Order: sequence, then C-alpha cells, then structure tokens
Amino acid sequence: MKSLEELLAIKEKAQAQMAARDADGNDGIRVVVGMATCGIAAGARPVLKAITDEIAKRNIKNVAVSQTGCIGMCQYEPIVEVFEPGKEKVTYVQMTAEKAVKVVTEHVVNGKPVAEYTVGAVTE
Amino acid sequence: MRELSLNVLDIAQNSIVAGASLTEILVKEDTKEKTLLIGIYDNGKGMTPEQVENVKDPFFTTRTTRKVGMGIPLFKLAAEQTGGSFTITSQVGEGTRVDALFKTDSIDFTPLGDMASTIATIVSMNEDKDFVYTRNIDGKEFTFKSADIKIILDGVPLSEPSVMSWIEDYIRENTPG
Repeated sequence: MKSLEELLAIKEKAQAQMAARDADGNDGIRVVVGMATCGIAAGARPVLKAITDEIAKRNIKNVAVSQTGCIGMCQYEPIVEVFEPGKEKVTYVQMTAEKAVKVVTEHVVNGKPVAEYTVGAVTE
Repeated sequence: MRELSLNVLDIAQNSIVAGASLTEILVKEDTKEKTLLIGIYDNGKGMTPEQVENVKDPFFTTRTTRKVGMGIPLFKLAAEQTGGSFTITSQVGEGTRVDALFKTDSIDFTPLGDMASTIATIVSMNEDKDFVYTRNIDGKEFTFKSADIKIILDGVPLSEPSVMSWIEDYIRENTPG
C-alpha cells in the first residue's frame, strides 16, 4: 500500500538529487508531450506515463517532463518533443508507449535521436 | 475518446487555461441507480452566457490556430448518448461548472478507465495549480488534495517522475470499490 511515509522518502531522495544537480550546474534535457484534445485522443497519456516511468525506473537526473497544447499537426499525434541544450529540437510523431521508452533509452540517456520516429522520417 | 478519464484530462485543461487556481474533479458512482456523475468545477475566469453556448458547438474555439474545438462537444456527446445529461454553467470572474451524468447500463456508455493516471497527469503537469479529486462509489469516498502532497514534498516538484508514479499508485490503491 502506498503511504505518505513513502512519499516522504521519495522527497528526501529527490532533494538529494536536486542538490547534486545544482552542483553539476548543467542544463537538463526537456521532454514535452502534446496533450490537447487531439493528443489525448491519439494516446498521449500512456506515452507521457511511459516516459516518466522509464525516467523514474532508470533514476535519470536532469530531465524535465512537461506537457503542451496542440502543436498543430493533429494527424501525427501523439507528438513528443525533445529539447537538448545547445541542440536543435527533435520532434517525434505517432508515438506509442513502446516508442517512447526507446526515445528515453536511446536519445535522452545515450544522446542518439531515434531517426525513424522523427517527423522528418514519418512524413517523407 | 476511448475512456471517460481521457475526456476528464482534456476538460480539466480548459480550467487551467481559464486561470483556475483550484479545480475540483468529482467522480460519483451509484451502482444501484446505474449512474455515474463526472463534475469538473473551477474558479477560473468564467464565461459569458454566449460563450457557454458557443463551447458546446464543435465549430467554436478560443484558439486562434484553427476553427474547431472538440473537447466539450465530445464529452457532451459521451454523456447524452447514454441517455444521461450534460450541463455547463459559468459566471464571469467566478468560474465554470461542468456536470456530465452517464447511465452506466447503456450500450453506449464509455468505460471510466484509468482515473488515477488522469489525476496524476493533471496534478504533476500543473505544479502551480491546486486540485481536489473526489471519488465516491455508493457513498464510500476517497479525496485526494494536491495541496496536502505539496506540503509533504516541501519544494520537490510534482513533475518529478518518481513523485508522479507515487501519486498514480496512491490514488489507484485508495479508490474505493
């Protein structure tokens, strides 16, 4: 059973990580999921969950996950954008939970964008 | 939408865009009467009577990027197709109340789906807003308040992945039923 004591332990661990992050001083990666009506209907919620679960499971630091509204390409939803400091934004389209896990492991962790899921590859 | 919980995720976004500092989400089920009530109540900027009529129209949106807004029409349809009802009331400067009543024994009833995931998503992605989620099944009630969690977290963001996972599991495990 999930308890408030457990949340307290999560908080303490996160605070320690945040302190380490601040000491590192580097800007983190931002992962943004489109969550307007179009994104939600196409399956954005399990995609967002897969991303946060994978980040939690791997204990990845320096990554912020957030949501945004309609990106303007509803037919390609769910859409995930990855912003790495100093690099151009990568836009992934028609995402699934499985694809999202691969984006976390290959792009967020190893720094190699998954070319086949990007908007450029899919719309070609 | 494949689950009503996805409509809730979508409609709650309207409250956030309307600047609501507090949004209350109620899911109340009566298994004897075979009804499910979903209420979304906010203290956002509200709407004029004309705007309230407009949001029920799929060809109306406040967005400027295109001419259609499907959120409210889809939710309204999901309720009315079960033989239930849909009401939206609003006061400028006060807030907006959306109530959708579903007949759960209708063949056209969409399952509620994963409310825990919806609430965790809403709460974690809108750090600066407060949410109260109440789930009531035949009088048994569970309430989750984001403000309570924020006190415990003491500055740790709700969007922290481990926190978001905890919120979802906590709600799922405490949901009566």
